[in-house]
Amino acid sequence: MIGAIYKRLEKDRRNQMTIKGPNLQRSDPKLSDRIIHPLFVRITHWINALAVFIMIMSGLKIYNASPIYPLQFPPDITLGGWLAGALAWHFAGMWLLAINGIAYLVYGVLSGHFWRSLIRFQPMAAYRNIRLELKRLILHGTGEYNPVQRVLYTAVIWIVILLVFSGLTMWKPVQFQSLAHFFGGYDQARKIHFFAMLGLALFTLIHVSIAMAVKGTIESMFTGRLAQKPPKKTGAPK
Amino acid sequence: MSAGNPKNPKISLRDFRPQISRIERRLFLKQGLSLGALTMLSGCTLKDDDAVDKLLWAMSRWNDRVQAAIFDPAKLARTYSEGDITEPFPFNAYYEQPMAPVIYGPDYQLELGGLISDKRPWRIERLRELPQTSQITQHICVEGWSAIGKWGGVAFKTFLERIGADTTAKYVGFKCADRYSTSIDMPSALHPQTLLTLDFPGQPGETKYGFPVKVRVPTKLGFKNPKYVTEIFVTNDNPGGYWENMGYNWFSGS
Ligand code: HEM
Repeated sequence: MIGAIYKRLEKDRRNQMTIKGPNLQRSDPKLSDRIIHPLFVRITHWINALAVFIMIMSGLKIYNASPIYPLQFPPDITLGGWLAGALAWHFAGMWLLAINGIAYLVYGVLSGHFWRSLIRFQPMAAYRNIRLELKRLILHGTGEYNPVQRVLYTAVIWIVILLVFSGLTMWKPVQFQSLAHFFGGYDQARKIHFFAMLGLALFTLIHVSIAMAVKGTIESMFTGRLAQKPPKKTGAPK
Repeated sequence: MSAGNPKNPKISLRDFRPQISRIERRLFLKQGLSLGALTMLSGCTLKDDDAVDKLLWAMSRWNDRVQAAIFDPAKLARTYSEGDITEPFPFNAYYEQPMAPVIYGPDYQLELGGLISDKRPWRIERLRELPQTSQITQHICVEGWSAIGKWGGVAFKTFLERIGADTTAKYVGFKCADRYSTSIDMPSALHPQTLLTLDFPGQPGETKYGFPVKVRVPTKLGFKNPKYVTEIFVTNDNPGGYWENMGYNWFSGS
């Protein structure tokens, strides 16, 4: 597996050398062959999306069993049918979320994907040209994440990590008591878990809306390549 | 389990859970179907109701094993001071409070069964002659609420040794006066904080918290802490329990 990761790493690095920024011509036949989303990222992304839906929907049902705020969620957006069912989904889904998440994190760090795609602001030179920078800010679906995307994706990774650890605290407040101490006890962990869930739900809402609004992005998250038939105008949606 | 949320005394659907739980049990699967449709996984046919259900049950058994492995017999649940005690302590059962059994102490006998060498029943006075201890711990319900209470009585390990229980056996089962039942793993039964409870939260003479005998397990969720216990037995076959048999995770450790 490590070998495969390093292979990817090399491939990504080669790809990276040819993709420089938003000014690429999508009609360029070579570019349409470039992998903009590594296979590993695509697979873990869609598994994660499934896991997140299972966790949020079953979690809302668990919340409803004993709400902490004067707020209940409509049963239609919950999963599991009743408390025991929701708990069964939640404690099965957590393995999917955690194992897939760890695989994504390990890949992201080892391959340099996080550094390249999420952390490093490659075209620092672009600050010389404010118009170009503004364009970059809203451009989407060009094979490179814009600054807003980078911030959101990095934030949501941390939100999921927070969800996992506050969740572990509630699952095992005695066995993981140092975690429980860190989160200020079971009841405090419950509140943190709840707000982190709201943050994740908000991200997902915005994320999916934008992904659907910008043609070709969802397709390329499956194929890994830029969509073959780009919208006439490469500019940002108004 | 079905008592109303103490913060929200209104009647809710939860109050009728015992009646509808069996119907809901089947909804387990239907929800699986809609999820399948929702994610539109190509080639994934979640048409077989039993497949989703079986998978969830298999995962729950896997979680039993993981929790048993995580369980550290030396790790103690946090203890609190008198000032932290929740008043009034919430009543919770699969029925409403007026249905709670009221047992007449002098008539009470604790029956013993299974892999125990001295199966003579116990009366309260005799249980009182064993060394007594008490602790203030947090009770966490599977529903998500928690409360801090004080329980006193005999260390369960002391009791198990006294009756000659086979502590190499796997499970300890409980039968209760309200026809409730549950069971725990032997390592949790031998945990230093597991208590054969004779003193309860609430006012003196109040019986609703489990009088005359409750088993308090601070390392497990509330529904694994049986009240009004009338029989304790030791076995190597998992006896399950009232909620466990309906789909709640069996180990449910904290
Ligand atoms: C089913 C709903 C979802 C859809 C349609 C979707 C779509 C997408 C698309 C199209 C991209 C690539 C964006 C681009 O090329 O500019 C992407 C990336 C990403 N999505 Fe989603 N997504 C969904 C759910 C989620 C959820 C629930 C999360 C929660 C953690 C998430 C986290 C991410 C992250 C972190 C990235 C960046 C991945 C990387 O390159 O490392 N997505 N998503």
